[in-house]
Amino acid sequence: MQLQARMQVRPAGPRRAGPAPVRAMAGSRFADVAQAPPDPILGVSEAFKACTDPNKLNLGVGAYRDEQLKPVVLSVVKKAESKIFARNENKEYLTIEGLDGFRKATVDLLLGGDHPAIKEGRVAVVQSLSGTGSLRVGAAFIARFMKGSTVYLSNPTWGNHRNIFGDEGVEWKYYRYFDADTVGLDFKGMVEDLKAAPPGSVVVLHGCAHNPTGIDPTKEQWASIADLCKERDLMPFFDVAYQGFATGDLDKDAFAPRLFVEKGLEIMVSQSYSKNLGLYGERVGALVMVLNDKEAATRCLSQLKRLARALYSNPPTHGARIAAEVVNDKELFEEWKGEMRGMAGRIERVRGELQRALEKKYPSKDWSFITKQIGMFSFTGLTPVQVDNMTNKHAIFMTRDGRISLAGLNSAKVEYLADAIVDSVRNH
Amino acid sequence: MALSTSAPALAGLRPVLNALPALTRALVQPASAAATTLFGNVEQAPKDPILGITEKFLADTNPIKMNLGVGAYRDDNGQPVVLDAVREAERRVAGSHFMEYLPIGGLRDFISESVKLAYSDDAAVLREGQVAAVQSLSGTGSCRLFADFQKRFMPGTKVFIPEPTWSNHFNIWRDAGVEFAKYRYYKPDTRGLDMDGFLEDIKRAPAGSVFLLHACAHNPTGVDPTPEQWRQLSRAMLERGHFPLFDMAYQGFASGDCDRDAASIRIFLGDGHRLGVSQSYAKNMGLYGQRVGCLSVVCDNKRDASAVESQLKAIARPMYSNPPLHGALLVTKILQDNDLKQLWFKEVKGMADRIISMRSLLRKRLEEAGSPLPWGHITDQIGMFAYSGMSPEMVDALAAQHHIYMTRNGRISMAGVNTKNVGRLAEAMHAVTSGKL
Repeated sequence: MQLQARMQVRPAGPRRAGPAPVRAMAGSRFADVAQAPPDPILGVSEAFKACTDPNKLNLGVGAYRDEQLKPVVLSVVKKAESKIFARNENKEYLTIEGLDGFRKATVDLLLGGDHPAIKEGRVAVVQSLSGTGSLRVGAAFIARFMKGSTVYLSNPTWGNHRNIFGDEGVEWKYYRYFDADTVGLDFKGMVEDLKAAPPGSVVVLHGCAHNPTGIDPTKEQWASIADLCKERDLMPFFDVAYQGFATGDLDKDAFAPRLFVEKGLEIMVSQSYSKNLGLYGERVGALVMVLNDKEAATRCLSQLKRLARALYSNPPTHGARIAAEVVNDKELFEEWKGEMRGMAGRIERVRGELQRALEKKYPSKDWSFITKQIGMFSFTGLTPVQVDNMTNKHAIFMTRDGRISLAGLNSAKVEYLADAIVDSVRNH
Repeated sequence: MALSTSAPALAGLRPVLNALPALTRALVQPASAAATTLFGNVEQAPKDPILGITEKFLADTNPIKMNLGVGAYRDDNGQPVVLDAVREAERRVAGSHFMEYLPIGGLRDFISESVKLAYSDDAAVLREGQVAAVQSLSGTGSCRLFADFQKRFMPGTKVFIPEPTWSNHFNIWRDAGVEFAKYRYYKPDTRGLDMDGFLEDIKRAPAGSVFLLHACAHNPTGVDPTPEQWRQLSRAMLERGHFPLFDMAYQGFASGDCDRDAASIRIFLGDGHRLGVSQSYAKNMGLYGQRVGCLSVVCDNKRDASAVESQLKAIARPMYSNPPLHGALLVTKILQDNDLKQLWFKEVKGMADRIISMRSLLRKRLEEAGSPLPWGHITDQIGMFAYSGMSPEMVDALAAQHHIYMTRNGRISMAGVNTKNVGRLAEAMHAVTSGKL
């Protein structure tokens, strides 16, 4: 085929006799490029936008909505932005590792401000493009410096985890996590699978508010997992996308990574400020490595920088300035905590309302998982067929794994949603 | 130490000798198990050749120091600049937007304005929907998206990169897993374009290779082909079926005229090339840290454009999910509002003009300082950088003795030169070159 012939690398050797090939304008270079499917999560919002049904409800992507189902710009963010604008700062490049004020703030938030690891210079941190970008830099590091290591992902997990590690050529496997029977954590399965992981493997753990299930290990279970990682020489990679958003308390939500560090484990952490500061589109996050050795931390930072340089050179300024402003200002910080409690509180309340509505309409099923789960998402257990019914019949948009974003639900729509769920479960 | 364990005298020592490695390990093992690190084998990465210069500059405590490393514009007082058009755009967007995620491909209005700027408002390929385009993380991000796309959808092809080029090009394509080859570009003897070498390398490259071209203001040399040379290059590449990828980081910044600076792209388009363009707004709008750019790929038809765009998005999603909002809002505001756009055109011309006048001034001062060497290339070259021709050793001497910092390939960021420091720069350059160029 013309396209193939054009694309083939010429073998070395004597030049071909005859005229040089003229590019055939009729044959498209990209005729073989297939249309990629829409992203399973972000594609839901696009489908929602296109839908004209007045009853439509978007429970797809995890972006917080207020009681009027409007997006929210936090008050502290508006204030921080005004301050920054008034200062008329320049728009110069940040260093590859990012804004120093932000880097310090983000590590303080993760570990607690006076943590020995920070004082001893054992923490490497690069500002990056929110959770995704941070995970990607971490994945690139693993691909290069932990060659041959397998990454273990919870089953289920945020879909993009697979692609992030996959695109870096890192092999990944699942560990058991969700127990469909109990609609809870399959702790026994999880421990078994991690025990079977080869030493030197990486384990991706959700710091809090597991996405998509909303099911987190208990404190005791976290301790067992940490001990297991130590015994089996597994490196924990925490995805911390909801610190402060799960319980409303920044410190409580950081329990797991802090416990692991306390136990002497070296960990990688990806942090995102998309949800807790509502900075979604500004792409604010960080990749953190807490190590046991200061020199190793310095060297690892240099390598993280090298990897970032070839991805995006240096991270975006705007969102990082806002985050640093909020965290480093006493008043704004307190106000922020209040706003987070407000968001977490609304979600908790709406969970309760949904559970009660479902219990009324379909009492024979156990709906208690709705309030047992934590964070933005609820893993409903709906099958793909049932999900299709939700969307096609009831104009409720959600991901086909049965995940709903409680952040997109308000009191006014609880009955509607409950009716739709009951219809889908009963009749499909 | 080779030991013959058959030697009777040593036989008794064998158990001890065999145990040596273990004993050695035990001696160097850290006393506390908790202090061992998983990452002891990770080496220190070398400093980035460009961004590392700024680090050295910052560490220098001498107040007369000059930073001529990274290509970031400075005014005549050596201060960074936020353009009035940008500041006004920022005032208008402040508080007016939610901070929701952009789509994976970015802000649609931003994209349509960007491709118009690159290809011209009435480009046929835009009318016909043939252009796949996504918002990206400035120039680096655009190049990286393309490099990953090339790896995946143009397997077996190499990327041909000019000699010399921006150092980060190598990192980007290497990390994407794409092999590179160099094409001749700069001729040290003439300090101009090696047109013959360039044409020869186009002919020699395997058909259908990707050729990375600097649309204008070549970095680091400042040597650009003339429009006639671009036409020759376009025809040569068409014959080989190569894919031209234009890295356009300085549109407007080179000559002061956006259309003139994009002439190369439009010549190639006119010849029927299906090309790619990586655009950056870092320099021409001074939006450096906002990371705003656009990657576009011209396809044969709507179907291909849609498919290519979807695949670029599939690459972007596991890289950063969706691009940052703020910078894109500013660019869109500026390009969509005619007053702001005209203001911007004026400001970018102002920046280009200041640089052009600094080139003249530097050359004049060098000649006045008595340097016998030819410095015509300083004014012949275009864009932010002057490829001085100084050796790495001379560059080191400039730093060590004169506290003047630039990249070791002798590239001077003219943006860092102003009426107040140009004299000192000329004197220092004269001192370190002293007839050795």
